[in-house]
Amino acid sequence: MTRDSRLVTRDLVIVGGGPAGMAAAVAAHEAGVNDILLLERDQYLGGILNQCIHPGFGLQRFKANLTGPEYADRFIKKIEEIRDIEVSLRSFVVSLTKDKIITYLKPGKLEEIKAKALIMATGCRERTREMIHTAGTRPAGIYTAGLAQKMINIEGLLPGLEIVVIGSGDIGLIMARRLTLEGAKVKAVIELQKESRGLVRNVVLCLTDFSIPLYLHHRVARIYGRDRVEKVLVENLETHETFELACDTVLVSAGLIPENELLEMAGVSDVSKITSPDIFVCGNSYKIYDLADSVTRDSEKTGQAAAEYLRRS
Amino acid sequence: MKRKLTCIECPIGCQLEIDVEGGHIISLTGNKCEKGPAYARQEIAAPMRVLSSTVLARGLELKMVPVRTSRPIPKAKLLEAMTEIKKIRLDRPVKVGDIIAKAFLGLDADLIASREVSRA
Ligand SMILES: Cc1cc2nc3c(=O)[nH]c(=O)nc-3n(C[C@H](O)[C@H](O)[C@H](O)COP(=O)(O)OP(=O)(O)OC[C@H]3O[C@@H](n4cnc5c(N)ncnc54)[C@H](O)[C@@H]3O)c2cc1C
Ligand code: SF4
Repeated sequence: MTRDSRLVTRDLVIVGGGPAGMAAAVAAHEAGVNDILLLERDQYLGGILNQCIHPGFGLQRFKANLTGPEYADRFIKKIEEIRDIEVSLRSFVVSLTKDKIITYLKPGKLEEIKAKALIMATGCRERTREMIHTAGTRPAGIYTAGLAQKMINIEGLLPGLEIVVIGSGDIGLIMARRLTLEGAKVKAVIELQKESRGLVRNVVLCLTDFSIPLYLHHRVARIYGRDRVEKVLVENLETHETFELACDTVLVSAGLIPENELLEMAGVSDVSKITSPDIFVCGNSYKIYDLADSVTRDSEKTGQAAAEYLRRS
Repeated sequence: MKRKLTCIECPIGCQLEIDVEGGHIISLTGNKCEKGPAYARQEIAAPMRVLSSTVLARGLELKMVPVRTSRPIPKAKLLEAMTEIKKIRLDRPVKVGDIIAKAFLGLDADLIASREVSRA
């Protein structure tokens, strides 16, 4: 007997329980799939939405201005009602093969299953300081914006008191406001480009409202500090004049990259060119989205496409 | 007096050009929908914002429970509101939308839970 034939096979396996995975699961079920396994490594469904406690979600989808957890809650409630969707939490997928054999770790055990159809919805990761090449020492006090968001909103820890944010992406802007509300002093947001990368509404709501300076077409040329960050050197990219800002913490908000390690293991190098008809990718692991509403909309189509594949096969 | 405002009611973020005289808007352009003028009127009179934050939990499965105001509150009150939020200790399970502080700061808004949380 081959290894394959001994394995339990599930019709549809979805990896990742963020908005993408949840929307795909519900849509596939509505399109007739009645054996769905949703694997999520965290203790809760919701993905990144759980740490996005700010409003701005659901305007398109629900015509309501919801916070991330509220947006997630609507899908979690729906999934709880559907018996054909088995949710397996604390299930960390560690390997994937071409034949859609999925290995995942649950507390205390290693499970292996095979999927007839597979949807990958593993989200994204953040670009780090290493990827943006800033000179200087390697002191403590440098975080990605998303990590700082998790520290404050989930763990209840304040990353620092005097902050400089590198990059004006939405997460950086939102964190500038969040840190200010929590009592930290955000000295500045520094952006390489001549325009903010985040939504204008976030510039207004997060910076203008709190008089936080935004330096466009500037860069952080150097980070100083021995054990902890002490200051940064900011350079005007037009005049090349420089100035220093004292701070104990630097947040890097330099963008997101799709998380596709598992698919790479299975031999997929480009998610936009998947040739297998039974492997699907949606949400931020497919491409980076600005709005959760769009993730939901597109992932529903992915769920339907997987259902269509299963119907034909 | 001519002024520029960014409508923040949706992600489009229309650039509104308004003309204000004696506290009243006499002309407005740049809005893609009817929410724009309403936003501009409010912003000129008294800017209002929804505040979201977290409260510390006790004996619940999460350490921090996300909360928000049920409707926008005056922008000038945001920091005062944060001081109040920091005093709160939540020790009972809540569902999304449950009231944590009614008529928060004596305003016409409640502080509500934005995530469900049960006992530890
Ligand atoms: C920090 C941040 C702030 C944002 N703010 C806004 C906003 O204000 N408004 C808005 O509309 N949109 C916002 N977005 C965008 C939107 O929320 C995201 O695009 C959307 O949540 C992405 O959904 P997803 O399901 O693809 O990814 P995620 O929500 O990241 O979900 C991926 C899930 O997969 C799980 N997973 C990953 N790998 C594995 C594995 N190997 N095994 C098991 N499970 C795994 C993760 O634990 C996670 O739960 C924000 C995004 C980020 C990152
Ligand atoms: S005017 Fe309408 S479309 Fe434009 S930003 Fe405001 S709400 Fe959005």
